[in-house]
Amino acid sequence: MGNKQTIFTDEQLDAYQDCTFFTRKEILRIHGRYHELAPHLVPMDYTNEPDVTLPLALIVNMPELKENPFKNRIVESFSEDGLGNQSFNDFVDMFSVLSEMAPRELKAIYAFKIYDFNTDNYICKEDLEKTLNKLTKEELSAEEVNLVCEKSIVEADLDGDNKLSFADFENMIARAPDFLSTFHIRI
Amino acid sequence: MARSVNFDFSSHHMEVALESPVDEEVVHDSFSQLIEEQSQSVGLEMEDLSDEGRDHLAYLPAPAQGGRESDPLIEERWSSATLRVLSCSRGAIISQYYNRTLQLRRRKQTRPAIRDFSRSAPSIRGYGMESDDVSEEESKRERLVNNLQNLSLSDRVHMLRAMPLSVAEKNELRKRAYNFKEGQPRSSGQIPCCSRLKYYVIIALRQSWYSCLSSLHSLKLWQVALKRVGGRFGTGVLSYFLFLKTLLLFNVFLLLVNLLFLVIPQAVAPPEPQGPAVPFTGLELLTGGGSFTDTLMFYGHYSNQTITSGCRPAHNATGLSGQTDCGPHLSYNTPLAYFFTIGVSFFITCIILVYSMSKSFGKSFHINKSQGYLAVKLKEMLSEVSRREQRLARLGWAQRLARLAVHALAWLMCLGGTVGSALAVFYCSEYLHQDLEKRALSPDHKPLEREASSLALPVVVSSINLLLPGLFNAAGWMEEYESPSVRTYVAIFRNLLLKMSVLARLGLQCWESFVGQELYRFLLMDLIFTVLDTLFGEFLWKLFSQKALKRNRKPVFDIARNVLELIYGQTLAWLGVLFSPLLPAVQIVKLLLLFYMKKGSVMLNCQAPRRPWRASQMSTVFITLLCFPSFLGAAVSLTYTMWTIRPSQACGPFRGLSTMFQSAKQSVQELERANPRLAWLSWVHAYLLENPLFLFIAAGVFLMFTYFHTQVVDGQRKVISLLQEQIENEGEDKKFLITRLQTIHEQRRSFSPKQRTHTANEESSF
Repeated sequence: MGNKQTIFTDEQLDAYQDCTFFTRKEILRIHGRYHELAPHLVPMDYTNEPDVTLPLALIVNMPELKENPFKNRIVESFSEDGLGNQSFNDFVDMFSVLSEMAPRELKAIYAFKIYDFNTDNYICKEDLEKTLNKLTKEELSAEEVNLVCEKSIVEADLDGDNKLSFADFENMIARAPDFLSTFHIRI
Repeated sequence: MARSVNFDFSSHHMEVALESPVDEEVVHDSFSQLIEEQSQSVGLEMEDLSDEGRDHLAYLPAPAQGGRESDPLIEERWSSATLRVLSCSRGAIISQYYNRTLQLRRRKQTRPAIRDFSRSAPSIRGYGMESDDVSEEESKRERLVNNLQNLSLSDRVHMLRAMPLSVAEKNELRKRAYNFKEGQPRSSGQIPCCSRLKYYVIIALRQSWYSCLSSLHSLKLWQVALKRVGGRFGTGVLSYFLFLKTLLLFNVFLLLVNLLFLVIPQAVAPPEPQGPAVPFTGLELLTGGGSFTDTLMFYGHYSNQTITSGCRPAHNATGLSGQTDCGPHLSYNTPLAYFFTIGVSFFITCIILVYSMSKSFGKSFHINKSQGYLAVKLKEMLSEVSRREQRLARLGWAQRLARLAVHALAWLMCLGGTVGSALAVFYCSEYLHQDLEKRALSPDHKPLEREASSLALPVVVSSINLLLPGLFNAAGWMEEYESPSVRTYVAIFRNLLLKMSVLARLGLQCWESFVGQELYRFLLMDLIFTVLDTLFGEFLWKLFSQKALKRNRKPVFDIARNVLELIYGQTLAWLGVLFSPLLPAVQIVKLLLLFYMKKGSVMLNCQAPRRPWRASQMSTVFITLLCFPSFLGAAVSLTYTMWTIRPSQACGPFRGLSTMFQSAKQSVQELERANPRLAWLSWVHAYLLENPLFLFIAAGVFLMFTYFHTQVVDGQRKVISLLQEQIENEGEDKKFLITRLQTIHEQRRSFSPKQRTHTANEESSF
C-alpha cells in the first residue's frame, strides 16, 4: 500500500484479512472506531499486540448498537470473558460476523449464542420469553408471551425435549428468508 | 415420497446450501474426517467391549445445573455408535462442529485462547470433560490444522473465516497451517498490481451498488408514514393506505401516457376555438363546465385532423395524412392516437391488475415480512388463534334460527335501501334534466344558475353514498359475525351493490364532453364529501363521544367503507378517461389530498381496532374488487362506447365517423392502400378483432391460465405442509431409534463378561 501506517504490521493486517471478512482499509477504520471509544486507553500502536480491553458500557454506546435491544448479549457473546469486555480482536470479530459478507451458518451459530441467555447451549422457554420481551418492548401481556413461546417451541422443536438445540434453531432459521438481511450491522 | 415430487422446495434447499462459501463436498469431507477421527479416538470396535477403559464416552457440554433427567436422549453419555448415528445429519454435523469447538472452551462463556491451556486444570467448571487434557486439545488442534492445509489457498481463507472461533485462535491456526506448507504467508507486496487494481475496482463497484440500493430505498413514497400507521393501527388499516398508494401509481401511469400521446401533441398545435370565449369564473373548478369546456381537459377540444409539423394544418375533416404541401414532415393522426392511447393504456392496466392479483394470491399464503411493529402482528395472530379455538362451541337450534332471522332482516334493510336510492337517483335525474331543458327555453338566461343546477345530481348521488353505508353499518351492528373479516366482506358487498346501481344511471343521459364534465363533477363531489365526512364523521364524533358520551375509546377506522370509496373514485376516473384525458390528474390530486387527510385523521381521531385481524388476505380482496367489478365494468362500458355509439358530430376527434372504432379501421385501410404488403394487417383486423369468437376464445384461455396458476399455488401449499409433517415424523423416528440404540448398549454393558463375549461373537455378524 502506498501510505505507511504504523498501527499494525503487514503480517498482522494480512492475518486479519484472512481471518475476518474485512479488507485492510476496513480493519484500519474499525481500529479508528475502537480507538475513539476510549482514546486514552486504546494505543495507536498495535504492533506488539497490547492487552487492552474495553468495558461493555463503552461499547454498547456506539451508535450502531445503541438502539439494538440485544446489544448487551451481542457484546457479551463476542467477549473472551463473557462479561462484555472486548479486546480489539473481539471487536473486529463481532463486526465481521455481523457484516453482510458472513455466511448464513456462521451467523446462525452466533445468533444461537446471543439468544441463549442462560448459556446452556439450548434456547429454552425462558430464553425465548426474554427474547420476545426485548423485541416487543414489553407491549405484549404475559399470557400472550407465554402462548407465543409455547407455540414456537412446539413448532420448532424436532427432538422433543421442549427446548431448542442448535439443530432445531438452524432448521427454523433456514425457513426465514430475511434472516441474513436482518442479522446485519454495518459499521 | 420425497423423490416422486419435484418442485421448488428442493431448489430452496439448494439455495441454502449454496450460500456456504466453500464447495460443500470439501467442507463435508473435512467435517466427516473430524467426526471419524473423533470416533476413532473413542474406539468404535463393538467387539472390543471387554476393554472398558478404551471406551471413552464423548461428552457433550452439559448444563451446569444439577437435576438431569434420566431420559436417555438428554443424557450426556452418548455411546460411540449413537454418536455416529447422530453425526449423519447435516444439522448434527454443524452442531457437532460447534460442540467440538465448545470443548475447546474452559468456561461456559469463554472464547477459546490457546494460551489459556496452561491454566486449564484449575478452571474447569462442571463440564465433566474427561478427555480434556492438554495433549488431547493439541491433537485436535493438529487435526484442524491438517484439514486447513489440505485445502487450496482460497478455500483455506474461506474455511478460516467461517469458523466460529475467536480471531486470536484463528490467527494461531493460520500461522501453523501456513508455516507447514509455504515458507511464509504472502504479504501484500507480492500481489501483482493487476489483481490489486481489479480488487479495488470490485470494491468501488460494490460500494457504489450499496449506496445506490440505500438511496433507492429512501425514494420509496411515503415509506415512513406507512410504517407509522401500520405500527400503530395494524395491518388492516395499513392495507387501506397501501391500496391508496397502488391506485395512485395506476393513475400516474395513465396520466403519463395520456400526457405524452394526447395532451402534448394537441397543445403544440392547438385547433381553432369553437364559439365565443367564455370568461373564467371560480365555479368552473367545481362544475368543470364554462370556460373549461373547450380546453385540453375535455374530449370536445381535441381535433380530428392530422397534425403535421411545419405546415398549416389541413382544414379537411377527413384526417387523411396525404394532404400536405411541404416537404418531409411528421404527421400525427389524432383520432387514431386517441383511440389507441386509451385502448392500449387500458390493456396494460388490465395486465398489471391481473398480475398483482395473482401475486397477492400467492403472498397471502406465505409468511409475511413484518411491516410494522412485531407486537401488533403477534397480537393479530394470537387473536385469530384464540378465536378459532373459541368457535368450537356449538350453538343450539333456537339460537341458530334467531341468528338467521336477524341476518335476513339486515339484508332486507340493506337491499331495500339500495333499491330505494337507485330509484331516487333515477327520478331526480329525470326531474333535473327536464328542469334544465325548461330553463334553457326560458327567456332569462342565468348561466351561473344553470351551471349550479347541474351540480345538483352529483350532490344527490354523493350524499346517498355517504348516508346509506351508515345504514349498512347499523344493520351490521345488529348481526353477529364470526370474525371481523367476515363482517368487512359483507359490508363491502352491500356497499358495492349500492354504488353499482347508482352508477348505472349515468349512461343514459349525457354525451362526451358533457359526460366528461359530469364525471369530473362526480369525482370532485366525492372528494368534498369525503373531506366533510372525515371532519364530521371522525373528528367531531371523537369529540362528541369523549365529551358528551364520556367514553374512553376513540372511534374505529372503518376500513370497508373507505376502501369502497377509493374503488368508487377509481371507477369514475376510469370511466371518464375516454372523455376527459386529464381526469387522472384530478384523481392524482384527489388521492394525494386524501392520503394526508386520512392519515392525519387516523392518527388524531381513531384507535386501533379492538379485535385485530390479519389483513394479508384483505389486500387480495381489495385488488380483486378493483379488478372485477370496477375495472371490468369501466372497460366493458368503454368498449361498448367505442364500438357502437355514434360520436357527436360537432366536437371531438371522432366527428364524422360512425363509431370511434372506425378511425382504426380507416387507418388500417389507408395503410393497406399505401403499402400493399401490409394487406395481412387488414385481414387480421377483419377476422380477428371484429370476430367475437376470437375474443371469447382469448378470454377463455386467459381464465384457464389463471385457474391453473391458482391450482398450482394451492398444490404447492399442500406439498409444503405434507413435507413438514414428514420432517416431524422423521424426528420422532430418530428419537425412537436412538433410544433403542442406547437401551441396547446399556443392556449389553450390564451383562457379565462371559455373556458379553458370547453376544459379541453373535453380533459380529450384525
